[in-house]
Amino acid sequence: MGVEMTSAVQATQLTAEDIARLRRESRRENWGRAWYKFSRNPLSLIGAGTIIFVVCLAIFAPWIAPYPEHVKPFTDFANASQPPSSQHWFGTDEIGRDILSRVIYGYRFSLTMGVTVLAIVVPIGVVLGLVAGYFQHRWPDTLIMRTTDIFLAVPPLILALAIASILEPNLFNAMIAVSLTWWPWYTRLVYSITTGLRNEFFVTASQVTGASTSHIIFREILPNCVSPIFTKMSLDMGWVIIIGASLSFVGLGVQPPKPGLGTMVASGTRYLPDDWWISAFPALAIVVVVLGFNLLGDGLRDLFAAEDG
Amino acid sequence: MTEPILIMRDLKKYFTVGHTGVIRRKPIDVKAVDGVSLELYAGETFGLVGESGSGKSTIAYMVAGMHRPTSGTIEFRGRDLFEGGGGRPLDLKKEIQIVFQDPGSSLNARRTIAQNLAVPLRIHKPDEDVISATLRLLELVDLPPSYMYRYPNMLSGGEKQIVAIARALATDPSLVILDEPTSALDVSVQGKVINLLMRLQRELNLTYLFITHDLSLMRNIASRVAIMYLGKVCEVAGGAEFFQRPEHPYTQMLLSSIPVISDEEEALKPAKMVPRGEIPSPVNVPPGCSFNTRCPYVFEQCMQADPQMIELHSQHFARCHLLKAEN
Amino acid sequence: MLDGINMVVYPGEKVGLVGETGCGKTTTMKTALNVLPMPPGQIESGQIHFKGQDLLAMNGREISRIRGREVTMIFQDPMAALNPVFTVEEQFSPVIKHAANARLSKKEVRARAIAALEEVALADPERLLKAYPTQLSGGMRQRVCIGMALATTPQLLIADEPGTALDVTIQAQVLRLIHDLVEDLNTSIILITHSLGVVRETVDRVYVMYAGSVVEMAPTPKLFANPLHPYTQGLMESVPRLSGGGVSQGIPGRIPDYMDPPAGCRFHTRCPHVMDICSRQKPPVFRIDGEDGEVDGVHEVTCFLYDGEHGAAATTGEVTT
Repeated sequence: MGVEMTSAVQATQLTAEDIARLRRESRRENWGRAWYKFSRNPLSLIGAGTIIFVVCLAIFAPWIAPYPEHVKPFTDFANASQPPSSQHWFGTDEIGRDILSRVIYGYRFSLTMGVTVLAIVVPIGVVLGLVAGYFQHRWPDTLIMRTTDIFLAVPPLILALAIASILEPNLFNAMIAVSLTWWPWYTRLVYSITTGLRNEFFVTASQVTGASTSHIIFREILPNCVSPIFTKMSLDMGWVIIIGASLSFVGLGVQPPKPGLGTMVASGTRYLPDDWWISAFPALAIVVVVLGFNLLGDGLRDLFAAEDG
Repeated sequence: MTEPILIMRDLKKYFTVGHTGVIRRKPIDVKAVDGVSLELYAGETFGLVGESGSGKSTIAYMVAGMHRPTSGTIEFRGRDLFEGGGGRPLDLKKEIQIVFQDPGSSLNARRTIAQNLAVPLRIHKPDEDVISATLRLLELVDLPPSYMYRYPNMLSGGEKQIVAIARALATDPSLVILDEPTSALDVSVQGKVINLLMRLQRELNLTYLFITHDLSLMRNIASRVAIMYLGKVCEVAGGAEFFQRPEHPYTQMLLSSIPVISDEEEALKPAKMVPRGEIPSPVNVPPGCSFNTRCPYVFEQCMQADPQMIELHSQHFARCHLLKAEN
Repeated sequence: MLDGINMVVYPGEKVGLVGETGCGKTTTMKTALNVLPMPPGQIESGQIHFKGQDLLAMNGREISRIRGREVTMIFQDPMAALNPVFTVEEQFSPVIKHAANARLSKKEVRARAIAALEEVALADPERLLKAYPTQLSGGMRQRVCIGMALATTPQLLIADEPGTALDVTIQAQVLRLIHDLVEDLNTSIILITHSLGVVRETVDRVYVMYAGSVVEMAPTPKLFANPLHPYTQGLMESVPRLSGGGVSQGIPGRIPDYMDPPAGCRFHTRCPHVMDICSRQKPPVFRIDGEDGEVDGVHEVTCFLYDGEHGAAATTGEVTT
């Protein structure tokens, strides 16, 4: 219908339903186009599929995990260090807990960590980047960007280690630590886009017509930053999960007996190489989720690049 | 003619691009616009023509309120556009709108056509229903209503430019600045946009300040034309008069440089005037008449004194030592 | 995307390739020089002969012996064609060495570079050789590019929109310079442009392209006196005249998506004289005027209007015999 509706139909004759239909059709068309482009890339489909699978595992863990009680304090020395079998697909660990169940629950911690960190980091980083970029060469620019430089000079893992060792070592403090060092990356990304966009004619046109600064920043510039932000978020999920696992590995993240993926890898290293499954399957689980996010991120980047071209 | 809608008086705009010396630092200025006085009459299409660095876009941006003049005034219907220190009041922003050259960047690619058009509507017509106002705008510029919820990248370059025109018209302005609105478009598409602009001018009684480098286009649509060179106006005349009797040597050089497609047009080009020389950098404008490095008729006086603008004959002004008023 | 392009350039001839954005004029020339990135580029079929040799059949080394020596190119944006971090001399020397195909002393290379810069009417060439491209104006940069392209005395120069990025008074000088130099050197030139005016003032013979195919070919005077293809006619009407007369509506519709060109004649969606056959069948080339081998007389058009069987009536009075 959208195609036939040419200028022969005068705009003033349109009813409210016509307009609503137009809107629905255009929206469907736009989504259809985006989906078509996205689905043309098999790797990004695999990435998206993996993420959806992992997220479902994490959400429905109590129903999916074969031995949910193995996540709580639990020992069963009779079944300790069993290799993979039909009862325990991923085998059991040194005190007899089912590794598959613990991996499924481990995803809960990993994803919680990723989502929480990004939920803290992205809004702060993006707003600061928009403000600094829009007021380029003025004091907000100097103040914000020099602050980001200071934070960027601190390696995230080291800061996380420091904070975790000063405060109590747990997942929450680890997330705070990672967030502290992560927001400047978003500020930088958005800053560079904003400084380019603020001289574009559509921004000037809204200035000339009298639009407010907050309208220009949040309604005109921000929508143009969304695709790179999403791309970066997807790639960063992988990184944050790795850092979370690393912190758990050195004992500063998820504390046993809670099943952090990094914690599990760490505790399994003592039994390598004979009881390889104890650390190999949690490690593999990390690889799968990180790879999933990276493939999705690459797919999104290509999708957005094609849209602009 | 009717009374002027816009008056520029001795307008100057200098941009500081650097500094000389270490101790006694002096700013290096680019004199983008250097003493321009022009009048625009209500309902006319005033063509402001020049090559790069001539300052024509800087004038457009000052009228639109994007730059403040270094000195001089711009009056719109008797009101100084830059009175007081602050920003331009909303009722003046409503009256003066601008259409930019690049159709790719003049619309927000991440927002639908309706959202793009809603920006001026929300600010200047807060009481009206945005959707019906958007539909009326699309109808005004002959675009189908189905374009409302499309994104700019689904439109052709010409269509994008038409949406940009619709956006400028959303505030019901009386003066529209057209900054090379068709120079990024293919010639087979240009005609449609130009004809639309001409129809809108008649229907809405608009005044156009048309910035361009395309003299052939100006011949066909401008009521008056001014030529700029290195921040100054060389010649101003009515459209037809301008092309029949170009007086300033630079105007003649420009006309003779235009690639044309018929013998009839070839006959209109001042044949003796062979284009030569480079356009000097606006940082280093030569003393005296700024055209003295390229002018074939250059003589001593040109190196020393900048000529004054004189009225050669009725409504035909030029700034050259060679030219004398008719009577 | 390109569809059945046939082009011939004779020695010493100035040929124009005119068309609008996305018509494939630049792609054609990149294919001809074998510099099209592949993939995504793909050559389905066809040959490109340069002095009797098929360029598409050659390997990289053979091609590069021709490219830059016998066939050279200048581009629309001289800033992009010159590397901003090297001086003019540093960019000029390899060109001259490659062209000479013999060992030259540093002095000889320098002397040739200076001679080439003088040739393109640049004052003070010695100082210029030490300059970086950013220190030059647009017109000077394009002159340097022309100097580099012609320093090798090539047999064919391909000029892709050489004046488009320049101001009109500078463009006029650059086009005049190219025109005079290729006449002096007896170099053939293919001038790619979107401007009919530039074509009319510079070249002997014109190919008009639309959506990836050639629609009309004629000697310049014939084309402008008597444009035959509806697209050429529409294009000519679209150009605003210095002599006045208003601005025409242009050609209705929009340039087709080259990924998905319309079937039959690619112009039929916008053509004012469209017939039934146009959407069904691809029009062949009709020779309107001139004989085989006659360099400056042949006028050809790819349009069914000029087929005696289908559109004889429409052509009355338009066909010159």
